[in-house]
Amino acid sequence: MGLMERLFKTPAWGVHPDDRKQPAAAVPLRVLPMPERLYIPLLQHVGAPARPVVLVGQPVLKGQLIAEPGGNISAPIHAPTSGTVIAIGDLTAPHPSGLTLPAITIAADGADRWAELHGCDDPFALAPEEITRRTAAAGVVGLGGATFPSAVKFSLGKRLDVGTLIVNGGECEPYLSSDDRVMRDFADAVVDGVRIVMHAIGARQALVGIEDNKPEAIAAMRRATEAYAEVKVCPVPARYPMGSDKQLIQTLTGREVPADARAAEVGVLVHNVSTCAAVHRAIRKGIPLIERIVTVNGGAVKNPGNLWAPIGTLIDDLLNFCGVVEAPARLILGGPMMGTPLPHGRTPIVKGASGILAFNAAEAAVPEAGPCIRCGSCAKACPMGLLPMEMAAHIRADSFKGAERFGLADCIACGCCAYICPAHIPLVQYFSHAKGELSAQERASLRNDATKRLVEARAARIERETQEKAAAAARRKAERDRAKAAAAALSTTVTAEEISS
Amino acid sequence: MNDAPLLPLAAAPPVAAPHTYAARSVSTVMAWVMAALTPATVYGFWLYGWPALYLWLITIGCAVGGEAFCLRLMGRRPGPILRDGSAVLTGWLLAVSLPPWAPWWIGAFGGAFAAIFGKQVFGGLGQNPFNPAMVARVALLISFPVAMTSWVAPLPLGSAAAPGVLQSLAITFKGIPTDFDGVASASLLGYSKTEMTRGIDLLHSLAHAGAPGVAWGGFRPGSLGETAALLVAAGGALLLWLRIISWHTPAAMLAGIALPAAIGHALNPGQYLDATTHLLAGGALLGAFFIATDYVTSPNTPAGQLIFGFGVGLLTWVIRTWGGYPEGVAFAVMLMNVMTPVIDRYVKPRAFGRDRRGRPIAARRVN
Amino acid sequence: MIAAILSLTLLGTLLGFGLGFADRIFKVESNPLIDEVAALMPGSNCGQCGFPGCSGAAVALVEGRAAAAVCPPGGKALASALAAKLSLELDLSKVADRGPQIASVAEDICIGCCRCIKVCPTDAILGAAKQIHNVIREACTGCGNCVERCPTEAMTLQPIPLTVQHWVWPKPALA
Repeated sequence: MGLMERLFKTPAWGVHPDDRKQPAAAVPLRVLPMPERLYIPLLQHVGAPARPVVLVGQPVLKGQLIAEPGGNISAPIHAPTSGTVIAIGDLTAPHPSGLTLPAITIAADGADRWAELHGCDDPFALAPEEITRRTAAAGVVGLGGATFPSAVKFSLGKRLDVGTLIVNGGECEPYLSSDDRVMRDFADAVVDGVRIVMHAIGARQALVGIEDNKPEAIAAMRRATEAYAEVKVCPVPARYPMGSDKQLIQTLTGREVPADARAAEVGVLVHNVSTCAAVHRAIRKGIPLIERIVTVNGGAVKNPGNLWAPIGTLIDDLLNFCGVVEAPARLILGGPMMGTPLPHGRTPIVKGASGILAFNAAEAAVPEAGPCIRCGSCAKACPMGLLPMEMAAHIRADSFKGAERFGLADCIACGCCAYICPAHIPLVQYFSHAKGELSAQERASLRNDATKRLVEARAARIERETQEKAAAAARRKAERDRAKAAAAALSTTVTAEEISS
Repeated sequence: MNDAPLLPLAAAPPVAAPHTYAARSVSTVMAWVMAALTPATVYGFWLYGWPALYLWLITIGCAVGGEAFCLRLMGRRPGPILRDGSAVLTGWLLAVSLPPWAPWWIGAFGGAFAAIFGKQVFGGLGQNPFNPAMVARVALLISFPVAMTSWVAPLPLGSAAAPGVLQSLAITFKGIPTDFDGVASASLLGYSKTEMTRGIDLLHSLAHAGAPGVAWGGFRPGSLGETAALLVAAGGALLLWLRIISWHTPAAMLAGIALPAAIGHALNPGQYLDATTHLLAGGALLGAFFIATDYVTSPNTPAGQLIFGFGVGLLTWVIRTWGGYPEGVAFAVMLMNVMTPVIDRYVKPRAFGRDRRGRPIAARRVN
Repeated sequence: MIAAILSLTLLGTLLGFGLGFADRIFKVESNPLIDEVAALMPGSNCGQCGFPGCSGAAVALVEGRAAAAVCPPGGKALASALAAKLSLELDLSKVADRGPQIASVAEDICIGCCRCIKVCPTDAILGAAKQIHNVIREACTGCGNCVERCPTEAMTLQPIPLTVQHWVWPKPALA
């Protein structure tokens, strides 16, 4: 990049980590042989967990619904292969805590028999609502890592009259190349998916943002979009975090998404390229989201590359297929900047798993943290314009409110600050800790309010019961008195009659 | 495949993202700053001879010793903390701002004072409100004004008049012997100030044959590492190129000196020195690139750095022009250090999607 | 001299009257702080703090007889809110956030005596005489009143298991 470009084209924010995408990105896509068992967690998306609709022992077909959405924001889950449900129970989640999630275990029968699929030859003849419904039914969620149910975003886009679809092919995380591979190998499917999504949300144009470190993907996408003027391929500078929605929108459209607002409010919607390919498969062929491209990379992997693998494959199975040169010192789900460290390899890949990194000891070395020297590198790198060192200082003193005043809520946890910090302070962990504590406090105070309401209800109930009891007692007393009076009157009458007679 | 579990990963607490780090660490930053200081310092050794080297060694040694002493008192292992290089850098910065033939106890007292009272009493690296080197320099200047303003004319190594290795030891440890009295000299700022108090204006005093001058090459009396303007600026350029410092503080500080100086000189050349002289004399350049840019004690935002730098520059000029001391960089830096928390409180970057006051901006839709 | 004395005397007198007047007009009957603090408390009067109910704890807090971390069911959220309100020292790491707990009924021991129902501050126990009782998870505050009252020790407090959704990254260890 020339000096002028370096000065004027590259955004001021962000960092430029060594991308380490080669040689994995250049290796042709391999198909993982069907594992014997698949472990499918019931929570692979943002929102409520799915509810199983199969029973242990039940045979299932590939693509058959095995869990239905558990709420308005949720997604169904389908069987990635044919076989038998052998367990529904807890399984180590692909999550740093090592806690468990409910999951469905399927023993593959090896036949890989499909359930009956309902594709559509002309999706543009369908109503947008129908596309949204079918996308929801196919369990498509954002495959860039956020795993937000795509159909929910479609209806949001439709409602807010979004004119521009931004297709995120940034893939700014180092090591990862699954989106790159999708664009190189399935450019036509991606472009068709883009046009279907445009139809679903009523967008008039689509901008495909691809970092300029992926020339093959740019070329493939340009070829595939030649026939469609409304879909434009826009190379963007390779700068982390270009793949973040807000940064990509700003780079492509010049619009800044206001704080606390959604992208749709500036008239754009962002979908990942892999998501668009998944929409294409769901609508054209009726195939639900049961497989995806996963990058397997890292210094501990013998043959790094991209694998076409069913959801629910154990990470150990992926690593066994690619081979390891040494026992991985760290396993990461996703990229090195934002990825989740995993407790061990006996946890499955999920819909949002764009990559599995097996780091060798050198890559996994954690530099020792020192005191902050207030160099301001973190503030310079922060794509959200925050002051990470100030937020961390407040969190260090347990002042979460203080961190909020410095914009903790705006933090996108991209990791630029902790990456660049010369003192190697784990800034992102501070922020994650504070965000978690704040939401726990929020839950606790909601609970406190609910308790208060219950206590008041109980007091009201006791009051009512006392009143009712008192009223009943009064009534009974009155009745008794009446009865007594009547008896007295009767006896008086009788006496009088006696006298009179 | 499932029955071949690959590994039992350690049960250590999870390591949060990011899982990759930039190569630059605190110690590399310190090392680069020292590298940038090296040309001017080595030139100072050549210019003022062996006593300068001895003073430099003593100052750094005592700064490191003072830091190690404090860390021991606090029950911390000094080794890893000293390795960040900040104590060496503090001692170095102090040494280059001392008169090159100053006696050993100036360096020893200053180095230890910088590390202990400039830095460790506040909690160590990152916690000190004032630039430690400038704290020590000001303490020395106030306590030992004579020793701190005894400049010598350059006696380059290799020249006939330059003191030898052993003779230099005597200079540093026993004081300047009488046969070197002739080298005692005044700096331009000190000279002009003295003459002004005697009622001789600049036009006459500087026209005098024996008047000290300034030079880009730095062949003049002055502090150990401040005279060679070109070399100091080259070091600063290296730091700018490496993006260890940003241009805001140095540019603003030099502008803060040059602008009032130029205006004053234009109005009354007899009363006010010109801008070039101000920039080349004293520690202006050294302060702009190496002192005022200290991370810990200067603001974090570009706008804050502009305010800070300009303030340092302006105060330097004010002190030089009207103050009781001929040189004012150290005082100016410390005064602005006080302002740093205030500047940081009020000058904050604009967050993405918010205006300067922190309220969400209005949404502008894509057509 | 005279003028100064007079003017200062006049000023002092006027201000004195002003203060006395204000004291009459804006008289505060009770300490408003107690009500404000009481409003923060859960109000379930569970008694875990050792004070007579939530208002008792509020009085103790305002009078400085109780620490900000006085209320176990309130957890860290309430503790920090109280500390902020009353400018109290608070070490959050010491707050006994032993994690949320919930009462549960051992169904083989419960005799259906209904005693627990009467002491539950939030009406969180469902049941009738001679029927096995049950706890409504959403309503139980884990105060433990029922545990003390149960004649057969069928009531126990169980920690609510930590889930992936509620897990929080630990604070980094200090360097």
